[in-house]
Amino acid sequence: MTTETQKPQRVDGTLTSIGQKKPRIDGTLKLTGGADYAADRNLPNQTWGYPVSSTIAKGRLVALELDEALAMPGVLDIFHHDNFDKLSRSPNDFAAANKVGELRLPFEDNEIYYHGQYIALVVADTFEHARAAARKVRAQYEKSDDQLTDILALDSGQGDLPGEDVPGDASSRGDADSAFESASIQLDQRYSIAHENHSVMEMHASVAQWENDMLTVYESSQGVVFQRNALAKIFGIPQEKVTVISHFIGSGFGSKLFMWPHAVMTSVAARRLGRPVKTVVPRELEYLNTGYRPTSLQRVRLGADDSGKLLSIHHDGCNETSPAGLHDDSVNGATPSMYACDNVAVTNRLVTVNKGTPTSMRAPGEASGAFALETALDELAVKLDMDPLALRHKNFADRDPAADLPWSSNHLKECWDNAAQRFGWNKRNPTPGAMKDGDEIIGYGMATQSWEAMRQHCSARFGFRDDGTLLVACGTQDIGTGTYTIVAQTASEMTGVPIEMIDVRLGDSSLPSGPLSGGSFATATVLPAVSAAMKEALAELKTLATAEGGVFENVDQDSITLRDGRLVSGDNSIEIAELLRQNRIGLVDGEASTKPGDEQDQYSFRSFGAVFVEVRWDPGISRLRVARICSTIDIGRAINPLTATNQVEGSIVMGMGMGLFEQIEYDAHGYPYNNSLADYIVPVNADMPQIEVELLDYPDYLRNEFGARGVGEIGLTGVAAAISNAVYNATGKRIRDMPISIEKLLAS
Amino acid sequence: MRGFEFEQADDVQQAINRHGSSDALIAGGTTLLDLVKLDVMQPEKVVDVSRLPLKRIETLEDGRLKVGALVSNTELAKHEIVMRDYPVLSEALLSGASTGLRNMASTGGNVMQRTRCPYFRDPAMPCNKREPGTGCSAIEGINRNHAVLGTSEHCIATHPSDMCVGMVAAGATVVVEGSQGVREIPFEEYHLLPGETPEQEHDLLAGELITHVILDPPRGGGQSYLKLRDRASYEFALASCAAIVNLEGDRISEARVAMGGVATKPWRATAAEEALKGQPATRETFERAAEAVMQDAVAYSHNGYKITLGKQAIVRALRDATAAARA
Repeated sequence: MTTETQKPQRVDGTLTSIGQKKPRIDGTLKLTGGADYAADRNLPNQTWGYPVSSTIAKGRLVALELDEALAMPGVLDIFHHDNFDKLSRSPNDFAAANKVGELRLPFEDNEIYYHGQYIALVVADTFEHARAAARKVRAQYEKSDDQLTDILALDSGQGDLPGEDVPGDASSRGDADSAFESASIQLDQRYSIAHENHSVMEMHASVAQWENDMLTVYESSQGVVFQRNALAKIFGIPQEKVTVISHFIGSGFGSKLFMWPHAVMTSVAARRLGRPVKTVVPRELEYLNTGYRPTSLQRVRLGADDSGKLLSIHHDGCNETSPAGLHDDSVNGATPSMYACDNVAVTNRLVTVNKGTPTSMRAPGEASGAFALETALDELAVKLDMDPLALRHKNFADRDPAADLPWSSNHLKECWDNAAQRFGWNKRNPTPGAMKDGDEIIGYGMATQSWEAMRQHCSARFGFRDDGTLLVACGTQDIGTGTYTIVAQTASEMTGVPIEMIDVRLGDSSLPSGPLSGGSFATATVLPAVSAAMKEALAELKTLATAEGGVFENVDQDSITLRDGRLVSGDNSIEIAELLRQNRIGLVDGEASTKPGDEQDQYSFRSFGAVFVEVRWDPGISRLRVARICSTIDIGRAINPLTATNQVEGSIVMGMGMGLFEQIEYDAHGYPYNNSLADYIVPVNADMPQIEVELLDYPDYLRNEFGARGVGEIGLTGVAAAISNAVYNATGKRIRDMPISIEKLLAS
Repeated sequence: MRGFEFEQADDVQQAINRHGSSDALIAGGTTLLDLVKLDVMQPEKVVDVSRLPLKRIETLEDGRLKVGALVSNTELAKHEIVMRDYPVLSEALLSGASTGLRNMASTGGNVMQRTRCPYFRDPAMPCNKREPGTGCSAIEGINRNHAVLGTSEHCIATHPSDMCVGMVAAGATVVVEGSQGVREIPFEEYHLLPGETPEQEHDLLAGELITHVILDPPRGGGQSYLKLRDRASYEFALASCAAIVNLEGDRISEARVAMGGVATKPWRATAAEEALKGQPATRETFERAAEAVMQDAVAYSHNGYKITLGKQAIVRALRDATAAARA
């Protein structure tokens, strides 16, 4: 390995499947109802669970009155603290692949930590019976009135942020304090992002079944292996005795990465009753019991010289966590890498609130952190009377200043300039309110986008069948992003077998262990394992072909190549399926495991992008709308530009939600006010601006042989900042607390 | 499962006979099904009135437009007479919900729509409208979506309908029928202020049902419905205004102004109408009218912005209605 960044390489045009726009291979199944989602599963003799949840935010459960509910038609049992199985917590270790969403087990004690916490599970013969009985369970509480649900209320507005410092999150280089003090231009501001919820379309559900000592759970999961491992630890049984299946997921956004308590209580109920149990988490409880992006409060201090060169960056973060389980969103993890600056210091704090455990939500940490940093840079540009794009260029980091390593590949400058050119940034008037169109004032804003390009270890199986089809299997998932499709494209590219003949199996923990569908690392992680497994299977085929009496007897195996589903050596060739049939073998396959190598220590891997936003502000009716968003993204090679672009577009819409609408509000009593799809406001079709995404196409071969990084999250980063910056350009109002609601615009 | 009886009625008399005080009528079901599933409403019997012969829209001899209670929101919004003579109503209808919901929702059902106050919709929470005497959670809690007009210390929930705001502006009569016969109720008297009895939402007696809404003869002039909300669609109003402006030269001869999203019932803004009558159709006049409406407004902890937003809705709707009148 050299320490030089590899030269940009454009796709050379010889690829036939990878890099092509392919519709999702599972699209027909989804459109015709053929895709089996977790809650669609009905097993023989199945029963239904329906949870009962706390209606107070803090206190103690003193008594449950169950008699009326138990006497209701169809009720089989009610599980709660006093009669629940004594279980052990999962070790909750990410590296050991047994991290869970909420560490506390359901019904573990009678303490109430948050509104919505499960206090019982009613199981009945039908969903309606279970729900009706659940509503007849009466709980008595000793209520505490010192609940905390709003970390912003703790903030004094100056100096240190509230909460407990997390020493492990702190990092620094140079002397940020001194550099800030001596900088001629200084900025010291606070920013916040409200509690957001994933609001997945497909509801969380578990269908659990015990057959002898084998547990099978059908779950809507972004991590079947993680859930399998965690259940094995919790029940104290071999992980080989647990199978978690999640063939299709109707969006997860992080809320389905790690197992939530409903899966445990459903599995216990199924074991106790000796019958399968299905629990679909009610929509209103999904907002409380399956994670959320925690409220974050941030302080950013920037010091610069008169030319705009950054001399000092301080980025302090604070986010909510829960008494039921720790979650650290580390909102400033990316900050030290983002810009060339010699003096940088970041710290993080946590505040424990009376809410369920937060979790990763699309671009966790970075989406929040980028909002603060990229808004602060816009404010700095105003102080400098400098173009915000020029300020970014001025501080471009040509290597990763945090790790002090070269980038594996970095085309951020091209992202900035490409997006700016397509957007028409040069038409921007920097004076707030200067661009007008009828009743509306137009504002332009921009921000840098970024997400770490991770890769994990992964196993996969690859097989050739005697009917000419291929089998590719991996215990990862397709959460709607197109993993099935890109695995098939990769298999097709390597073998010449058409995509239609490739049988991709995912979403089953009994398959070779695959990664979480999260962190934007699935593509970069899974495809190398598929490739390695294919090579194993190919070696088997060659052995078969060169065996005594075989078609390539006495041929050097190295001379045999794979082309269009055939083994080829010189002028001779044989269809692989025919080879198998001749040998009366149905399947020749191979398994392989791959992981990143020492390139991890030699390069920094990160994806980049730039996002430009036009807002329209109608001050006469306080109406703010996003009119246009233009983003250029550098993610290495896009295996499938159709699904990759779709990921960026979807992320942008989610960024609009963060910037304009989304927040779960708790009232002064710790009551969640808007935990429903009607009251939690996400963008709808009528809000959609013109969204123009361009993917640069520079394969990153240091990341893997396909040059692919990942694309699931980067599109969200920077969007809220670009919106907020555009709002400033339109209105002169600097809104530092997301979402930018009507009342904030009216108040400022 | 909590069971209930289900009956179908083929004519109005059957519906009246079969419909007791603890029962519910179902037409489109877009409100009722939600509330039953949430356990907010627990009818002992549900009487299906969707087959009643109340699906016609007809012009009466006196020029009024008689709308059957089962005319869907979509049909009413797209009806050529409504689009031509009552554009403010058509716009109001089309600003509500989604196409799918409007296809199901009926005219009578829309009039009977219940509040979207989250505390009302959660049986675990105190709510005077749902359970009289338990208290109002919204006054002490989050009230960003709540009313600034027509509130009482017992309830500050808004009426959610757009259609009703359009009807108040256009002028209408609610026709109800019960065992005592037929009654006609002026539209703006149909919905009640919460006062001491927020559970009593309308002037409909036990056993009565709405058979028609009759719109006043067309008022002509320029008309406009403006709905302000967080997102661009599929959300209830934070403030809305229905305005009808008749001009004589540059002066306003007559104006009708109604508001939604800011009040506990579909709100006839008579203070605005008085402030507009005979005045020049200028921005200053519109602003005075808006001030007149909102001078009685009462803000709670989270909804003070609605006073400003409501004024803005009035001014803009009047401006647009005036422009339409001149067109």
